[in-house]
Amino acid sequence: MVETINGTVDVEFHGVTKRYGDILAVDDMDLEVSSGSFVSLLGPSGCGKTTSLRLIAGFEQPNAGDVRIGGASVVGVPPHKRPVNMVFQNYSLFPHFTVAENIGFGLRQLKPRPSKTEITARVGEMLELVRLQGFEKRRTWELSGGQQQRVALARALINRPTVLLLDEPLAALDRKLRQDMQIELQTLQRDVGITFVLVTHDQEEALSMSDTIYLMDEGRIIQMGGARDLYDEPINRYVADFVGKSNFFDGEIAEADTSGAVIRLASGRVLRGRNPRGVESLNRNAAGVIAIRPELIHIEKANGSASLTTDVETTARIKNRIFLGDQTEYLVEAEGFGNILVLASKHAESVSGGFSPGDFVNVGWKESSALALEDTSKGGRPTAVPVPKIG
Amino acid sequence: MASTGNTGGPNNRVTAMLLLPTTLWFFLLLVMPLVVIAVYSLGERAPAGGYQPALTLAQYGNLLARLKAFTNTLTLAPLGTVLCLLIAYPLAYYLAVKAGRGAKPFLLTLVIIPFWTSFLIRTYAWIYILGGRGIPRLLEMIGIEDVRLIYTPTAVLIGIVYGYLPLMVLPIYVSLEKLDKSLLEAASDLGASPIRTFFQVTLPLSAPGLVTGSLLVFILLMGEYLIPALLGGGKVFFVGNALVDLFLQSRNWPFGSAVAIALVGIMLAAVALYLTLVGRDRDRQNVSVL
Ligand SMILES: Nc1ncnc2c1ncn2[C@@H]1O[C@H](COP(=O)(O)OP(=O)(O)O)[C@@H](O)[C@H]1O
Ligand SMILES: [Mg+2]
Repeated sequence: MVETINGTVDVEFHGVTKRYGDILAVDDMDLEVSSGSFVSLLGPSGCGKTTSLRLIAGFEQPNAGDVRIGGASVVGVPPHKRPVNMVFQNYSLFPHFTVAENIGFGLRQLKPRPSKTEITARVGEMLELVRLQGFEKRRTWELSGGQQQRVALARALINRPTVLLLDEPLAALDRKLRQDMQIELQTLQRDVGITFVLVTHDQEEALSMSDTIYLMDEGRIIQMGGARDLYDEPINRYVADFVGKSNFFDGEIAEADTSGAVIRLASGRVLRGRNPRGVESLNRNAAGVIAIRPELIHIEKANGSASLTTDVETTARIKNRIFLGDQTEYLVEAEGFGNILVLASKHAESVSGGFSPGDFVNVGWKESSALALEDTSKGGRPTAVPVPKIG
Repeated sequence: MASTGNTGGPNNRVTAMLLLPTTLWFFLLLVMPLVVIAVYSLGERAPAGGYQPALTLAQYGNLLARLKAFTNTLTLAPLGTVLCLLIAYPLAYYLAVKAGRGAKPFLLTLVIIPFWTSFLIRTYAWIYILGGRGIPRLLEMIGIEDVRLIYTPTAVLIGIVYGYLPLMVLPIYVSLEKLDKSLLEAASDLGASPIRTFFQVTLPLSAPGLVTGSLLVFILLMGEYLIPALLGGGKVFFVGNALVDLFLQSRNWPFGSAVAIALVGIMLAAVALYLTLVGRDRDRQNVSVL
């Protein structure tokens, strides 16, 4: 393990590139996973998440760059000699072994091989950890998806790896079980104190479980940070779009400094937004976008009296309403803005009484809620973001 | 679901009709000849050859007269099966696991191509290859003299491996092809070296193909006639050759029938023994891994 200013680091990528023929699966990637943390690699399908995990596990070797585990380079080291274990996407349990034999597999590979009584005892502990006592003699294909997943977890944890790798571990489970397992995984990670690197395309999963999220696109890391960083301070349109829901108003960057920018919409309206990147100002005259989270937009009845405590205001007409239980989602149409998505809390609904399609309303927001971002969807690749150290 | 009484009538009738050809086939071509042979084996040779009704075990008492055919078959058939297995497994493994996506169809075709020519002609070719002007001549050129191959057990074994290899490769290939390759990665991830992964995961999971291939080759080899006839040249002969001799040359049908029944009996016993061993071995493995 390496000591850095921020503590020990378990996994590092330094400029790692992996190609499959013409496909650039991982592109000059930097990564730093600190010991004991729960890290997620998040991104759409095909962005290189699995390849990154496989590079850590040793199933793939980088074309360029260095992969380090515990401070030592592992380039060229085969998987069976790496101190990491993986929970495979489809679990990959051995069909010819029982549950107990599957879980004990890793122990049986150790040299010297532990005694039978020791293996039985350790398998017993793992069964208890994943709450599968009484299942030792079962065949893995007799188990439900959730149980199979727990066997895969126990099997990967029994040798106490430095890092546990999880490839979309919850994707095959139904919604309710997935939410239970999210909590269970988090608890398990704290209990065992092992570093987890999880891969997922589900932003909710990444936000709810991880300490640090690496958001990826086309083999690159676009932004890293905590759930709050990614949600509240997305550095470009791609991040704001992938993590949570956002309204986007496209235009041209008219003015920009490090604290924010002014964007002129096609309709001629001029909107100001905060610059979440802080240090660097946006390029003037480039394509820009104002992003606003639907829950940060205020909505109230249009009664002529401007009572909104907002900086930007417009009248709008309700086009659609979706009742979500804890919230209500409105799609409204506003002159000069187009469609705007608004999320009204239960509390706000109880005050305003709610709206129906066709109603005229006032919508508005604070300028501090709006973000002025580079428009990556038009400008091609996002500019590279220096990866800050995990603190 | 099968049902009883009138309710399931039409359904049962359809099932019965579908099974009829198979049942007829089974009785006419398998059971009937066996019964005939069994009856013949209890009879006597007619003075002019052929069969004459009787009820005696004399033919069976005479079996030892053909002991050599039985010992040849019972050594060369299992040996040939094992040789096929040892050569076929790495080949099938390469085809299923290592071969690139582009090369695979081509290589599989190569395995099957020999079937495009008659087995007889291909075995004739081996007479030449193994004969005085074939491999022994080549060996002479590099100074190894007096090697005799044709009409030896080695020649018969070479013929067996050549002829039966595809029958062993294909079932093993299928079971290895079906094997989920991520299981191999999982084993490796959990600390198993490539060799341990092979013995703990690949081999047990390809056992069905291995058993199928071995049984297929072994059973066919027990009745083999052509290879010993051509490459054994009357010196290395199987029970199959003895049968041809008994039925067609000496026209001793009852004795031939007794030999045939004995062969079937031995084959059944051998297969049963093999399957129990395989089964027991699996049980023991399952107990011992923990
Ligand atoms: N073995 C492979 N051969 C060729 N291309 C591959 C291979 N594995 C992955 N890729 C390609 O690399 C890219 C990244 O894949 P992957 O890491 O599996 O993405 P993710 O897990 O994020 O969905 C994809 O374009 C995929 O098609
Ligand atoms: Mg993937």
